[in-house]
Amino acid sequence: MGAAIRPARTIAELGLADIYATSRQSLPGGTDIAAVRAAAFNHFALAGLPHSRVEAWKYTDLRRLMRDAKPLAAPPDIKAKARVHDAGALFATLGFRRLVIVNGAFAADLSDLAGLETGLTIRSMAEALALDEPLLSQGLGPMVPADEPALALNTALAGDGVVITVLPGATIERPIHLVFVNTGAAAAAMVTRSLVVVGGGARATFVETHEGPDHQDYQVNTVLQLVVGDAAEVDHFKITREGGAAVHVATLLANIGARAKFNELGFTAGGAVVRNQLFVLIAGKGTEANLRGLSLLAGRQHADTTLAVDHAAAGSQSRETFKAVVDDEARSVFQGKISVRPQAQQTDAKMTTRVLLLSDNAEADGKPELEIFADDVQCGHGATTGTLDDQLKFYLMARGIPEKEAEALLIQAFAGEVVETIGHEGIRDALMDATLGWLGQRG
Amino acid sequence: MAAVQETVDRVRSIDVEQYKYGFVTEIESDKAPKGLSEDTVRFISAKKSEPAWMLEWRLEAYRRWLTMTEPGWARVEYPKIDYQDLYYYSAPKPKKQVSSLDEIDPEILKTYEKLGIPLREVAMLEGVEPRPGEADTAKRKIAVDAVFDSVSVATTFKEELMKAGVIFMPISEAIREHPDLVKKYLGSVVPTSDNFFATLNSAVFSDGSFVYVPPGVRCPMELSTYFRINERNTGQFERTLIIADKGAYVSYLEGCTAPQRDENQLHAAVVELVALDDAEIKYSTVQNWYPGNSEGVGGIYNFVTKRGDCRGANSKISWTQVETGSAITWKYPSCILRGDNSRGEFYSIAISNGYQQVDSGTKMIHLGRNTTSRIISKGIAAGKSQNTYRGLVTAHRKATGARNFTACDSLLIGDQCGAHTVPYVEAKNSSALFEHEATTSKISEDVLFYCIQRGLSQEEAVGLVVNGFVKDVLQQLPMEFAVEAQKLISISLEGSVG
Repeated sequence: MGAAIRPARTIAELGLADIYATSRQSLPGGTDIAAVRAAAFNHFALAGLPHSRVEAWKYTDLRRLMRDAKPLAAPPDIKAKARVHDAGALFATLGFRRLVIVNGAFAADLSDLAGLETGLTIRSMAEALALDEPLLSQGLGPMVPADEPALALNTALAGDGVVITVLPGATIERPIHLVFVNTGAAAAAMVTRSLVVVGGGARATFVETHEGPDHQDYQVNTVLQLVVGDAAEVDHFKITREGGAAVHVATLLANIGARAKFNELGFTAGGAVVRNQLFVLIAGKGTEANLRGLSLLAGRQHADTTLAVDHAAAGSQSRETFKAVVDDEARSVFQGKISVRPQAQQTDAKMTTRVLLLSDNAEADGKPELEIFADDVQCGHGATTGTLDDQLKFYLMARGIPEKEAEALLIQAFAGEVVETIGHEGIRDALMDATLGWLGQRG
Repeated sequence: MAAVQETVDRVRSIDVEQYKYGFVTEIESDKAPKGLSEDTVRFISAKKSEPAWMLEWRLEAYRRWLTMTEPGWARVEYPKIDYQDLYYYSAPKPKKQVSSLDEIDPEILKTYEKLGIPLREVAMLEGVEPRPGEADTAKRKIAVDAVFDSVSVATTFKEELMKAGVIFMPISEAIREHPDLVKKYLGSVVPTSDNFFATLNSAVFSDGSFVYVPPGVRCPMELSTYFRINERNTGQFERTLIIADKGAYVSYLEGCTAPQRDENQLHAAVVELVALDDAEIKYSTVQNWYPGNSEGVGGIYNFVTKRGDCRGANSKISWTQVETGSAITWKYPSCILRGDNSRGEFYSIAISNGYQQVDSGTKMIHLGRNTTSRIISKGIAAGKSQNTYRGLVTAHRKATGARNFTACDSLLIGDQCGAHTVPYVEAKNSSALFEHEATTSKISEDVLFYCIQRGLSQEEAVGLVVNGFVKDVLQQLPMEFAVEAQKLISISLEGSVG
């Protein structure tokens, strides 16, 4: 046994230590927050960047994929702000309430803060931290280990983000669109932290988009803490269309109350290395959670969706559906774990993952996992990996449809099984357009 | 799926108190000094009168083992094993040179009789009733190699097998008599550096079975090995090597028991299978080591490395296992599908009760073209046990047309046990088609009600459901084993319904 061997620190790890040391004084927050940050960085420094021997990161070796650590992005100047007007264009025509986060900083002047609905408050995270509110640890379920490396790093270095609260019983009809954008003036790191608390019986829809320029090498570490009260209804969409060289690591921490309805959808089509990790704690009884994901990957992209759903209360239902289309030399990773604790009897959980491989050099790795400690449950998972069905293709081609078009139709149908489940018509159409756009680029 | 209440009942009853093989045979034995060092390795090698190359092979493994750490990734918990507190070699003290079965210590023969293992060649396995009018000749013959603690005590039907050209003997003898074959294949599937327990085994293995089936030969009978750990504080490290040459076929059965003891005993075996072109190997295990008592005291730690290599084109390896014993099971019988069109199969029933911990599954490694594999795993957890399926299916770049189907079903009996499924699916070739499905549930109340309403007792109903649940796997066992296994499952689950 003995002590675990700690390999030499990588350039990126040394860089991160430097960045923390030089910026700790200037990061927002009083002494309490500083102590939380210091503890988090210690956790990170002990284990270092996750690598393939760390089970939860088995297929996404950040030690290898993250070559260096970029300096924290400077606050955006007027020039930078001027460049972001077309960010979040995917949903521009839908009239959502836009909250713009430029280069990791919340830009109130670019955001739509007029006429807030009753019960809705929006602040910047930097402001909240400066008041030394213990927000960084609020809403964290017991399921997330303190030493989860991406989360620890975020806690240590997060500069800004948004804090949104919806009071109990409020209904926010207009979706709230968090526009995360990197203007790409310099190779930098954006570390953002956001907190959304939706009170009991309230209803709201949140959309996150993440984007940046193709030719800038940048890094994103973003965390959303989401607290869904009893009987609340929350829809959350995360659209990742980072630039082609970006490393994007995102963590969702969701704590769901009783009799709530939670719909989550992740759409990933950009970035060089993307890791979406979702920790969903079903803390109350009788809740319905519906988690979906779609990744469209080409080139040498690497996209990892890691999902942990923790059923801690009885009588809840969860559905997990994850699909990926993988072309060229891209690699798709899906790790999904359903845990059912002893008290969570009558849990009904089903996970499906399906991957479509379009190229012989594409790779798909999957690990659907069940961890069951209660006996009166219905749990299952299904996983398939394969290529396009020749017979279906032949059927279409026999009717005069050229091969590429036939393939596109079949891929669209495959992806459509995720996109078409979206209740909001505007979002559904926008994501279907994005899917068609991706297919168009495939040529 | 709806599992049968019977299964439930049966699993619950794995009360250790019901372990019927828990007796100890009082017999004088010849042991190596306690602990592990190069001297122990030399002692074992010398005891076996091994050639120098074999000793060197062992020493190399031992030196490598010193640099390795015990794996900790499995979902099993146990106190740290003190490897210096074990006997690595124990052999029944021979009264004189044994030349025939009659000269074997009658105590040992009695032990095997109690276990129902037919060492006398006339004996047949129980449980298969011949139909009226059918002559005894209708019964099938099974050749048995019995391993008692560290050594093989008897091998039956040797001559008849010899006529067919089949070599079936203790591996210690094979090292002396067929060094070329052993040199060529030993460690070629599970290298000495493979993992902590396999490396330990390579250093200190004392005996086991060796099978070679020459080209084109269909082995005329089932081959079988029966393992028994008798001595206190003894680790059993056996090594099995089976080679099916081109076009050959062999079916091999393995059974295991141990006495009831309060301390934990270690069992770290290695099994290597090699199937050349068009060959087929069927390997069946009924593992019934002592599982510890109802408080979780005692029982065997079973850390086993089993791997088959479909080296030739169109070869096939099939693993079937019924796991009811051991305090801890750590076992992943795997297939390397190297030959084009080769096929791997894994059928498993793992039943845990009391405080047993099972972490078992398989690996299907697709390397050749048009390779197929099939995994059917049924886990039944009762009492306070933890039952994990852990498996890997992978297709490498060149494995065009690889195909896998996996079904893992778990049944929970009681609310204090756990059932877990951890499959890894890795596809690096677009033409690979992998399907995996897993379910976890308890026996459906509706199904039970249906059965009970029709006059079955609760126990019978559960039995019916459990047997239905494991049917797919039982069907894969050779007939004699299937009957035994079915009984074993009943015993394992007895008292689990209540």
